[in-house]
Amino acid sequence: MLLLYAIFLNNLRINPFILKLMLIILVFLTDMNEERITEKLNILADAAKYDVSCASSGSKRKNENKGLGNASNGICHSYTEDGRCVSLLKILLTNHCIFDCAYCVSRKNNDIKRAAFTVQEVVDLTINFYRRNYIEGLFLSSGIFKDADYTMERLVRVAKKLRTEHNFNGYIHLKSIPGASDEIMNEAGLYADRLSVNLELPTEAGLKLLAPDKNQQDMIKPMGYLKNAIIKHTEEKKLFKKAPHFAPAGQSTQMIIGATPEDDNEVLHSANYFYKQFKLKRVYYSGYVPVLADKLLPALGTAVPMVRENRLYQADWLMRFYGFQVNEIVNNAQPHLDLDIDPKLAWAIRNMQAFPVDINKADLQIILRVPGIGVQSAQKITSGRKFGKLNWEHLKKMGVSLNRAKYFITCDSNQFERRDLTGENIKQFILATSQSKYLKHAQNQLNLF
Amino acid sequence: MTATALIYDGTFEGLLCAAFEVYAFKLQGVKLHAGNCYSSAFFEDVISVITDEKRASRVLKGLRERLSPMGIQRLYTAHLAGIAGEDHNLLGYIRHVFDSAVNIEEDYGNKYVVRVSELVRMMRREKHRMEAFVRFQQLGDGTYYAAVEPDFNVLPLLIRHFKSRYADQKWIIYDIKRKYGLYYDLHDTQFIEMDFADANMPGNVIAAFSEEEGIYQQLWKCYFHSVNIASRKNTRLHVRHIPKRYWKHLTEKI
Repeated sequence: MLLLYAIFLNNLRINPFILKLMLIILVFLTDMNEERITEKLNILADAAKYDVSCASSGSKRKNENKGLGNASNGICHSYTEDGRCVSLLKILLTNHCIFDCAYCVSRKNNDIKRAAFTVQEVVDLTINFYRRNYIEGLFLSSGIFKDADYTMERLVRVAKKLRTEHNFNGYIHLKSIPGASDEIMNEAGLYADRLSVNLELPTEAGLKLLAPDKNQQDMIKPMGYLKNAIIKHTEEKKLFKKAPHFAPAGQSTQMIIGATPEDDNEVLHSANYFYKQFKLKRVYYSGYVPVLADKLLPALGTAVPMVRENRLYQADWLMRFYGFQVNEIVNNAQPHLDLDIDPKLAWAIRNMQAFPVDINKADLQIILRVPGIGVQSAQKITSGRKFGKLNWEHLKKMGVSLNRAKYFITCDSNQFERRDLTGENIKQFILATSQSKYLKHAQNQLNLF
Repeated sequence: MTATALIYDGTFEGLLCAAFEVYAFKLQGVKLHAGNCYSSAFFEDVISVITDEKRASRVLKGLRERLSPMGIQRLYTAHLAGIAGEDHNLLGYIRHVFDSAVNIEEDYGNKYVVRVSELVRMMRREKHRMEAFVRFQQLGDGTYYAAVEPDFNVLPLLIRHFKSRYADQKWIIYDIKRKYGLYYDLHDTQFIEMDFADANMPGNVIAAFSEEEGIYQQLWKCYFHSVNIASRKNTRLHVRHIPKRYWKHLTEKI
């Protein structure tokens, strides 16, 4: 480069040869730039992928003044080969980090390539991906460089630029950096749709063990501030329609499952506590993927606890949409979720006295508790039965999974289950007629060898 | 009792007129078919339904009195799907509406109500898939172009979503299967048809894209591969979410 520059200076009279050279350099530089961005994207998307949240719903941001984008019901634009949804451009601003959390790829002591995006680079990527309908918006997180406020301020700057300079109304999810000040969190809330701070581990003891630099108080502080600010802004919005949005899609968090020995009882009670205390929209459960060798952690090559993760999500759904109390799902006597069957079926088997339920009479709340009946079919049942009594055929057409439901309901038909079956019998019958998708998957893999 | 085959032109108005015919002539054992390629059985009467705006609006008025606006929208959506052999179920639904004293939208014990509900669900799903799987490519003049091949005719249902989202860019979504598209010119959307005869030469296609297009496609592919977690590989789930027939228009799967 320098040499060429010198040649150029010596030849003030520009000849065609030099011009050609300059052109080559220019093309070379753009290529370099493209390569550099590609490398950064690879590093910083790879480091961000263990954050499982991909929700892009829950915000009602409209497209204003013929700008770009809106945020509404959430769309998964693609799916990775591991079957997870790709909805947002999920990247770290940088993977430089001053912390040394044992479970994290970007931990200080891990010998990996480090990179950092500039604010403009993130803005350009977001806008250009969005215009091509690749994504719903941006999920920006970051390693912690210097200190919490400094890092948070950078994240906010990206969101601010997108909103104010590019009239971007797509979805923005920012990570709340533990320990960030109230002022900066307030600004974040004004530009972002969702904010999240990861609890990382279900209990404080677990956190102390694996993330000695972090403490739960630092995490809870921004969460508490945001909770109150969101309540305040929602009330303002009711009074003045023009009041600004403030994190309209609320807050979420994530817990790593299987890196520390907490049982499902502790995990779900912790989730329940945060749902209730901080009005969280979602708690995500992330089965630990061994990425590092550390004596505190499960060994490399340990299987990801995918079934357990799935059961936790099912339990989470029961708490949020089916009217179950956390104690009904797990408690000190039942600290673990059954891996063979889903938690609703497990609850039903433990509570056979609540069944059978008469589909044509029972309340919606009771019908929701029947294994094999989801929220939609339950609603169809309660509206459909106003027109006439329902039988097996009707239920099947409505989408009820009869192989499970049939042991727990009666309807307008004589052929219901009359045998006096114990919970254990029912479990065996159901397991015999259905096979876990996870088990099938495992067998397919074995067949390769 | 003789069976009657009703043939109509496949439009929504035509469907309403078919319903009119059924009630006007008290037809029994009716089978409804769309289009002109129907070959009749030997012993049945064949009646061609004439699509008449007055009759259609009378039936529509009747439907409005008995269904919610949402209910009519759902019937229209189910018809828009254009699935062969479903015309009869739609007519059955309309008859059920008129034969009942109350609003039957939620009568999930009735087979026509259930079928319409299924058709609407299929359409919604396809519409949602298109909202997700459209991949715009920027052309030289700045217009964003996407080709799609949806299972059903969902383009009309996409207008609102794409218009409110991409309000500041010109775009085209073209249904290759049904040979028509949507074009948004920064103000309104309109239906368009294109002649691909000489545009399909590979050279022309590549030259038509903007300079940046290749870079961002490349970056998107990189991103897609980087976010995958290999130790959680689950091909079945992957394919269930993105069935293979959609792959050829997805930048990241090409």
